[in-house]
Amino acid sequence: MMILSGDPPRSRVLSLLLVVIILALAATPFLFPGAKALNVAAKICVFAALVASYDLLLGYTGSVSFAHTMFYGIGSYAIAIALYGMGPNWAAVATGIVTGLPLAALLALAIGLFSLRVAAIFFAMITLAVASAFQVLASQLSWLTGGEDGRSFQLPELLRPGTVLISKSLFGFEINGRILTFYLVFAISALMILALLRVVNSPFGRVLQAIRENRFRAEALGFRTVFHLTYANCLAALVAASAGILNALWLRYAGPDTSLSFSIMLDILLMVVIGGMGTIYGAIIGATIFILAQNYLQSLMGVAAKAADEAGLPLLPGLLHPDRWLLWLGLLFIASVYFFPTGVVGRLRKAGGGKGAGSSH
Amino acid sequence: MTDLAATDPLPKPKRDLAPILLPVALALLMIPLIGSTSSWLTLTAASLAMGMMIFIMASGLTLVFGLMDVLNFGHGAFIAVGAYVATLVLAPFAASIQADLLWMNLAVLAPAALLSMAVSGALGLVVERVLILPVYGQHLKQILMTTGGLIVAEQTLYALWGPQIIPMPLPASLRGSFILGDVAIARYRVLAMLIGLTVFIAIQLVLNRTKLGLLIRAGVENREMVEALGYRIRRLFLGVFMTGSALAGLGGVMWALYREQVHASMSDDLTVLIFIVVIIGGLGSIGGCFIGAILVAMVANYGGFLVPKLALVSNILLMVAILMWRPRGLYAVTSR
Repeated sequence: MMILSGDPPRSRVLSLLLVVIILALAATPFLFPGAKALNVAAKICVFAALVASYDLLLGYTGSVSFAHTMFYGIGSYAIAIALYGMGPNWAAVATGIVTGLPLAALLALAIGLFSLRVAAIFFAMITLAVASAFQVLASQLSWLTGGEDGRSFQLPELLRPGTVLISKSLFGFEINGRILTFYLVFAISALMILALLRVVNSPFGRVLQAIRENRFRAEALGFRTVFHLTYANCLAALVAASAGILNALWLRYAGPDTSLSFSIMLDILLMVVIGGMGTIYGAIIGATIFILAQNYLQSLMGVAAKAADEAGLPLLPGLLHPDRWLLWLGLLFIASVYFFPTGVVGRLRKAGGGKGAGSSH
Repeated sequence: MTDLAATDPLPKPKRDLAPILLPVALALLMIPLIGSTSSWLTLTAASLAMGMMIFIMASGLTLVFGLMDVLNFGHGAFIAVGAYVATLVLAPFAASIQADLLWMNLAVLAPAALLSMAVSGALGLVVERVLILPVYGQHLKQILMTTGGLIVAEQTLYALWGPQIIPMPLPASLRGSFILGDVAIARYRVLAMLIGLTVFIAIQLVLNRTKLGLLIRAGVENREMVEALGYRIRRLFLGVFMTGSALAGLGGVMWALYREQVHASMSDDLTVLIFIVVIIGGLGSIGGCFIGAILVAMVANYGGFLVPKLALVSNILLMVAILMWRPRGLYAVTSR
């Protein structure tokens, strides 16, 4: 299992679930017609990578950062501003990548060095403060970022929906630029998740887990914990910024609501905890559950709210209103922190009794 | 080790004055930068009023952390709940709010504020028992649990009151300003300052002059020792948590009146501000929290006047500067 870095799912149900999710995502353009299904699939891919990078911080080092959307936003805005300013060509895409990624890494380095120097407990609070300041900054520098409206832009010729690569007559499906973009998003997200799996199973990843379990002891063993934590912080920021780039490329837009807002940060937190902290696989499961719920649970709730309304029940229509879906996920979040802190993945692994842990090497 | 004779007075604790002088120095430094004395006075009054409101909201958080090492990321929810509950009283009595009689306005405002404090205090009881009690001593889970609580509280507020912004007009007699020469100071700010000072003095008196306060301060410094002496520190902590939540509710009412509107998202913005204050002040220190709140408000007001674009970023710069000077905040109380 070289590709999984010797860290297979370790549960038959989980493996099956992951295979189904990945196959369904890969085959979305052919299985589920329509723009909505493709949008949902692309969002799941992007968020799976983003949440996996957050898992590196939360699950493997045990430090809570509230600045993860900031890095995501940096990636989104970098590519959006470059494509908006330089026109739809590949040079602009490259410019966005080579400015966005280093910027995110540098900022992560600065935050890491500053807040890890002070005290571990400050990290969460300081990242929260920095992220909210960045959000204000982004909305105020409207000449650069487009303010609250954000920036819409054109993609290079190859990735546009109008570009027909393989016409319908050949396979019965039309392969156009939009589908190519989807596979770009899919492939890069998959690569990033595999890379993260590699990182957490490397000796470096073991040190991170040691720091999570007992920072003092890790330090006593001679590991420079601040170096390791800052390094992990930078890696996570790089992946988050890349996910941001993919998100902006898919949406052809970057704005405060889609890439910077605090609610995205909460979404990430929900996904990683529900999926399972410290597993990386949990990111895929969590992102899938959450985004499917976000897109399809709402309509279900709308039906329920209507039924409750017609039955004349008090309060229930308000609680079941489609916009209140986050309330139920919040309750699920608290319950999962309390009852199964290892999330869906941890539960499934436990149910499988950890069978096959060593056999797959 | 020198022996002290029984008749000698106890050695006086060392007073650390530098942090107290900081806001004073900052205010004085701003006089030449702002130029006109009247706008300086108005801005200073505004910062003091804003600082007092932030202090009321932040004081509970800092004590809760200092005493029990609990980091409550959902503290902002109490602020929003307080503000929403106040609308329950203020909306039906809109007529007496609009009457230009101070006693009539206060007769509505005071019960509204008390009800808010009662409800957010009671909510504090529930939150402590349900969310925080199971995860004592585990920072990561505390942060996650309380963040989850914040989401649920915010969404419940939306479900009960709807997602729109609720206007909360200032009572008629508190509108307008006191005019002294060419200086205008808004009346409501004077009231906010008075309430803030009262709360600060009350907390200081309780902490420094009563046995309860002695136990709380002892608990902040060494929890296990207090427990070993036979005091039920959990119950003490519950009391502090509820008081802190009630104060956050009061702060929420005051802030909503200051902004003249109520919205559940107010908790998000204020949480950030409160965290900065608590970090600057030193976790667990009431005095530091007071100075931190005034500093943050000063930077926001002076900064907003001089360089409007930098308003929120300036708070971060302030935090960085202070932590460079004193890495554990102005007054480091706990050994953590």
